[in-house]
Amino acid sequence: MKYTKLAAVALTATLGGLMVSQSALAEVTRGELMAQTCMACHGSVGTGPDATIPSLSRGFPRDLMIQNMRAFRDGTRAATVMDRHATGYTDEEIQLLADYFDARR
Amino acid sequence: MRDAEGATTMTISRRHFLKALGIGGAASALAACAQMPGERTRGAHVVVVGGGSGGATAAKYLRRFDPDLRVTLVEPNATYHTCYGSNWVLGGIRQMDGIVQTYGTLRDIHGVNVIQDTVTGIDADARKVTLAGGQTLDYDRLVVSPGIDFNWEAAAHGTSANTVEQIPHAWKAGPQTALLRRQLEAMPDGGVFVMVAPPNPFRCPPGPYERASMVAHYFKTHKPRSKVLILDVKERFSKQGLFMAGWKENYGDMIEWVSANDGGMVQSINPTQKIAVSDGGLNRFNADVLNYIPPQKAGQVAHDAGLTNESGWCPVNQVTFESSIHPGIHVIGDASIAGAMPKSGHSANSQGKLVAAAIVNTLKGRDPVAPSMVNTCYSLITPDWGISVAAVYRFDDGSIKGVEGAGGVSPADADRNFRMLEANYTRGWYDSITTDIWG
Repeated sequence: MKYTKLAAVALTATLGGLMVSQSALAEVTRGELMAQTCMACHGSVGTGPDATIPSLSRGFPRDLMIQNMRAFRDGTRAATVMDRHATGYTDEEIQLLADYFDARR
Repeated sequence: MRDAEGATTMTISRRHFLKALGIGGAASALAACAQMPGERTRGAHVVVVGGGSGGATAAKYLRRFDPDLRVTLVEPNATYHTCYGSNWVLGGIRQMDGIVQTYGTLRDIHGVNVIQDTVTGIDADARKVTLAGGQTLDYDRLVVSPGIDFNWEAAAHGTSANTVEQIPHAWKAGPQTALLRRQLEAMPDGGVFVMVAPPNPFRCPPGPYERASMVAHYFKTHKPRSKVLILDVKERFSKQGLFMAGWKENYGDMIEWVSANDGGMVQSINPTQKIAVSDGGLNRFNADVLNYIPPQKAGQVAHDAGLTNESGWCPVNQVTFESSIHPGIHVIGDASIAGAMPKSGHSANSQGKLVAAAIVNTLKGRDPVAPSMVNTCYSLITPDWGISVAAVYRFDDGSIKGVEGAGGVSPADADRNFRMLEANYTRGWYDSITTDIWG
């Protein structure tokens, strides 16, 4: 869908002699916003000065994230705080998060 | 980052299209040359007032979500001392330079136009912000993140903005933090530190109790005969069970908490003699160091702009944080009324991202994103004993609510190793969130 819109705008731009910025089409999705909330603790850049909290800044494998988040949620994986966070997300939301971080790898 | 996300999907398909259509780098360069500096040829202009946790996050994420947006951040100070971590300075386990943040990365890496100046006026109808330096900024959208100010009208008799040198609040980090630390250092062993805790709602609900912990840590290691006395206008407080158990375990009876019903409701203070009086004069508490944390309200700039209601805080749309009073202005952070969310740096950070997404989508004629916010408040009882309260927030039935079944406080029966892990995560959280905001 984005592909089609992009083509349409690019064509319009050419005909109109105007430049189109890449972000003219950008929309912040629910998955993207949700994923940004993780970054408060899980490092928005590099590995950061802190080595105690795993960084998600270079993405994370999809299946592993789904597995981990479910395990935190179900209490089958020990945690200090992630159990309390993971219980706040539905299966669908966990998949949105996993998709986002997988695409950033 | 958006560009990273787009690398595998949008950017490649766009490149293919532009190549196919004969639009390349040369045309882009020409277009860039044709732009006059400051000319409004590209994205809309968003002005952000306040460079604390909410404002700095919003500025950074606006640029991340839409690199074409022009974003101007107005902040009076060249540096920012975070309130979180400032109790660690009082406890002697961190220096002032360990809680200072700067704006260079926002400016140089993220392309935010950072102006060090004070806002003197906001014209919501004309969509203009005027600065003390004489500059006027036009905006398409305005984000106001002014933090707190003190409600001296509701404060204890005898206190005012003029008494904060004698009895520091240290509830805005910076010189006040350093002042209170110096008073603690000058206090003789066997002295009494009295803190008067503020009424709800206030910035950082666990903050006063972490402060009591950190002062006790300093006393235990340097002035072991001293006492910490908390006088409270409340009957309960954040993470109360965890704090009180942690105090007993680590400090014995050094810390005493006096609830409102037990005589803790302070009505007047003598700042010179450092005496707090409650229950109509029935109880008098003599302090060697007196830390009076006044009742609070939204930052003054929000009041001046007419963004507050009778509560002293700013009512906002609970999905977009757009002011219920002035369209086009979004209020985030401590100043806003945000349902179940506490007034915390982490809440402000989460709201900064939400408002950035809401503005980007709105300017593009898209629907705002469904709110997804989080908060974790870590507190140190000792350098090796951390506790936390967490929540995940959604918009539900007209308001921002914590997701049922999620969140909550650290387990009451955790062992020392668990507390140590959370203490490590407390420091890790600080490093990570400050990088997320200012890095």
